[in-house]
Order: sequence, then structure tokens, then C-alpha cells
Amino acid sequence: MEILVYGIINSIILSLMSLGFSLVYSIARVPNFAHGALYITTGYMVWLMVNKLQGLPYILAIIFAIGATAIIGALIYRCVLIRIRGMEISEIIATYAIGLAILEGLRWGGLRGMTFSLPPFYPGAVSMFGLLIDYQRLIIVGTGILTFILLYLFTRYTKIGLALRGIAQDERAAMMLGINSDMTAVISLAIGSALAGFAAVLLLPLGNIVVEAGYNVLIFAIAVCVIGGLGSWGGTIVASFIIGFAQILTEALGSSHYQMVVALLAIILTLLIKPSGLFGKQKELEERV
Amino acid sequence: MEAMRKERIDRGLKVRTEGIYAISGVREILYLLGPRLLLIVGLMALPLVLELAPYWKRVINIMCAYALLAISFDFLANYVGLVCLGGAFFTGVGGYFSAIYNVYFGIPVYLAMPLAAITGAAFCTLCLLPCLPLRGVYFAIVTLMYPLLFTRIIEALNILGGTNGITGLDNLPGSYTEHYVIILMVLASLFGMRRFVNEDIGLVLRGVKDNDQSVRASGISVTRMKIIAVFVASLIGCFAGAYIAHLYMWAGISLFAMDFSIIPIASTVIGGGGTLVGPVIGTFILVPLSEFLRFFGTFRIVIYCAVLVGFIMFKSEGLMIYFQRKYHQFERWVKV
Repeated sequence: MEILVYGIINSIILSLMSLGFSLVYSIARVPNFAHGALYITTGYMVWLMVNKLQGLPYILAIIFAIGATAIIGALIYRCVLIRIRGMEISEIIATYAIGLAILEGLRWGGLRGMTFSLPPFYPGAVSMFGLLIDYQRLIIVGTGILTFILLYLFTRYTKIGLALRGIAQDERAAMMLGINSDMTAVISLAIGSALAGFAAVLLLPLGNIVVEAGYNVLIFAIAVCVIGGLGSWGGTIVASFIIGFAQILTEALGSSHYQMVVALLAIILTLLIKPSGLFGKQKELEERV
Repeated sequence: MEAMRKERIDRGLKVRTEGIYAISGVREILYLLGPRLLLIVGLMALPLVLELAPYWKRVINIMCAYALLAISFDFLANYVGLVCLGGAFFTGVGGYFSAIYNVYFGIPVYLAMPLAAITGAAFCTLCLLPCLPLRGVYFAIVTLMYPLLFTRIIEALNILGGTNGITGLDNLPGSYTEHYVIILMVLASLFGMRRFVNEDIGLVLRGVKDNDQSVRASGISVTRMKIIAVFVASLIGCFAGAYIAHLYMWAGISLFAMDFSIIPIASTVIGGGGTLVGPVIGTFILVPLSEFLRFFGTFRIVIYCAVLVGFIMFKSEGLMIYFQRKYHQFERWVKV
């Protein structure tokens, strides 16, 4: 029971972390290695607004911070990535460098130690299935599921969402139908960054805002996306459940040291056995191998 | 206002030196030898010159170790098409192997280092073997994971000294031995690799990068070629790692640190990929710069990344290719 409940929570946390990365890769074909940095940036911005601007409601601070992160994401594409579009390696190096610069810049700017933490939305805990679960985790599960549903509806039933999917499926055909490729890429980076920020706001109250979390989020996001098949959203969710439960199981059986090892080994194993990921398509297989 | 364009023409001297006339006169010989001698003599003289500034003498060693890593990265990325974001994997493996040989088995340092380079390279190749069919982003992601994975494993299993690392390695006798071992190694691997990539095998490797299907169609095993390439690259990387371990007389998980992956990549971008000498020059710029900026703490990484992004965006060819062009060609404005 314990494993089941914590497994579900952990899985949803993982999928929230990786949703933004997956979305950006599936639409803009950009591996956004600055994902973890954007995650931490949002958390830090919320912290700044809550603690330095007295009187600003928590919810407003969150909205501002997510908006600002979305703008940062859009700017990253508009200013940097647009010039090196299509050169995969340069894209990786550039986004990774940006992410590193943001994270190390924050570290230099004073984001050190355990002093930074966000308050939970609703303090306290509730007893469920004989387990004590704090409300924050319940909120995460609820909002996480809501986010998946909203994202699904957004991509199926709105004009922008359909344009994004069009670009993701066949860039050239979509361009012929008058969808601006660069514009959708900017939008997708903005949404992806906002999702990273959203995840940060939800998850950071569980712990402290530390720079290392940024690196971990990036690694988990990559792990989930690679296992699920880069660019496949259904795969992302399934993969986060696989890794989520695997981690909880290893934690229950051994020590929590192995959490990261499990994720890393899972990536390597998946790439070896089924390089296109669990839900990747044939086309992606050609790209990889 | 007439439309003008810039025209680039090879210098007469360059054309002359391409053939047998290269040895026809002093100018031609100097033209060819000049840049090479500048690098060799400059590098050899560096420890002697820096006798004046003892602090910077220490920097030479680490700078040359990074140069080795940069050569290895450049070779893999631009000649074989395998972008390895985990250069730290090579240093870590090399360093730990050398430490094991030296501390646990008591093998003397001058034997432990080459031995660690060879066995370490074999180990790295074995580990990367399953990933070799992967391409582009996927290979990059997996190699990025390897150093992290090994760090976590060493931490979790508490083997090889755990988080404290292995201490008590012998260092190289005398500071001049320390300098010249690594300087000679840099020069040897630089010119050795230049020769290597222009041999037949180098041609095949470039074929693997550009079009692996055609290589396969020629009856050459792509995987075998990649194994050779990874072995050669990790040989260089592991030697650098073993050297660093002996330099600090300590092998710990910081040998798997991100620095060993990032700085070689940054210097390859800055120096110019695919030239082999470019990355070396890139490290000679970046590493002293980072020493210089040590005062700023982690802010130097921010500066690094800014420089890196700037180069990728505005001067993606890199310094070396730019200078080569200036050296070999002249430019003039002509009417369209």
C-alpha cells in the first residue's frame, strides 16, 4: 500500500518535471537542456517575491514568476536558438551552457544552503489508507492530473494547440498551411518553460530551493523522456510511472542512494534494447541508430 | 555606390608550398614550419619562461591535461561524429585506474600511468560499446549520464574510498618532469592524431561521420571503426585523468566532475572544431582565464557559458579556422 501510494505520487512528480522538456522536444525539436535551470529560476523568483515584496499574495507571485519564466524561455529561442536551428550539437551545447550559466549564476548570487524554501499551499497532513500524506502531495497529484487533461484538451481543441501538433508531425506540410514554424517554436518553448516553472511551484514546497535540484530535474526529465520515447507524450507519462515505481521500490528495498542510479541505468538500458523508447515511432528509430 | 563583394584568394606562397616546391627556398620552409615551430617551441619553453611566476607554473599542467581532453573530444565529435558530453568519464576512469595500480598494487607511477591509460581506455570502450549505434543527441545524452552514474555508484556502494577517494598516490618526481611529461604528451597526441586522421583509417572514420551507410556498403564494419575511434579517444582522455590524479596525488569523485566535460567542449567551440590544434589553443585561452577568474567563484562558469554561447552564435567556425584563413589567404574587395 505504502509503495503504491508513494509510487503514484513520485510518478506524478516525475511526469510534471519532464512534461515541459518533452513538449519542447516534440514540437520545436530542441532538447532544452536549460530546463532544470528554468525550474529553479521560477522557484527562486517566487521566493524573492514572497519574501522581499511584502504584501504580494502568494498566488500572484506564482503567476508572475511562471509568466516571467515563459518569457525567458521564449527569449532563449528568439535570441539564441533561432540562429543555430537544426545543428543539434550546437543546440545542446548552447542550451546546456545557458542552463549552466543560470544555475551557477544563481549559486553565485547567493542561492546556497538550505535557507530557501517555499511555503506549502496548504499546511498539514491527512491520514489516508493508514498513511500520513501531507496536503501538498495531494495537491500535486490533483493538479498534475488536471494539467495532463488540460494539456491534452489544449493540443486537440485549440487553434494554437493544433498548430503545435502540426509542426511536430510534419514541419514542411504545416508551413505550407501557413503555420509559422519559428512562432510555434517560440510558443512551445514558452509553454515548456512555463510547465517547468509550474512544476517548480508545485514541487519545491516539498524541499528546499537548491541549485543541485536543477541538475537533478534535468536528469530526471531526460530519463523519463528518453525512456518514453522523445517527443511522445503518452510515453512520457507511462515512463514516469515506470521510473517512479522503480525508484520507490529500490528505496523500499535498499537505500535512497540508488534512486539516481536507477534512473540512469534505465536510460542506458532503454537505449540499448529499444532505442526509440517505449512509445517512439519508427521514424525516430532512424534518427537514433 | 557600386555593389562590392569580398573575394578571398590563396596566397601564392601557400600554393607553392603545397607541392614539391615547398623545399625550394627558405621562405617556403619557414611558411610551413613557422606555425608548427611556434606551437612546439612555445609550449616547450613555457615552463622555463614561467619560472618568473611560480603560481602560473602549476596552471601549465592542468591546462595541458585539459588540452588532451579537448583533442579527444574534437577527434570524436568532428572526425567520427560521436559527440561525447562526458569527457569526465575518461578522466575519472583513468584517474581511478592509475590510483588502484599505484596505491593498491604498488606499481610505480611511470608504469601506472600508461597502464591506466590503456586499461582505462579498454574499460571505457567496453562501457560505451552498447551506446555506439546511437547517433547525435542520443549518444550525447547517454555519455552525459556516464560520469554521473559512476559517481553515484561509487557513492552508493562506498567502494574505492567512497566519497573520500583514494589518497596517497605517488607524484611525479620533480616539477620539470611533471611539466614535460604532459607537454610532450600533448604535442605527441596532437601531431599523432593529425597523422592518424589523414591515414586511410581516418578517412574511413570521416566516412562514418558523413555517411555510415556507404561505409557499411563498402564492407567495413561501422561499429568496429567506432570502437577503434572511441578507444583512441579514451586512451588520450584516460591518460589525462591518470596524470591529474597523480598531480593532485588523489583520486576522488571530483575526477568525474562536470568541469572535465565542459571545458574541453568550450575550448573546441572557441578554438575551432575539426582542426585538432584549435581545441588545444582554446584550452590555452580558457584555462588561464578560469584561473584568472578564480576570484569570482562560480561566476566564472557564467562568464564561460556566455563566451561559449557567443561563439556558437556569432563565430561558430572558431578562432583557429579564422586564423588559418588569414594566414593562407588574402582578401580584397571586387566589383560584383
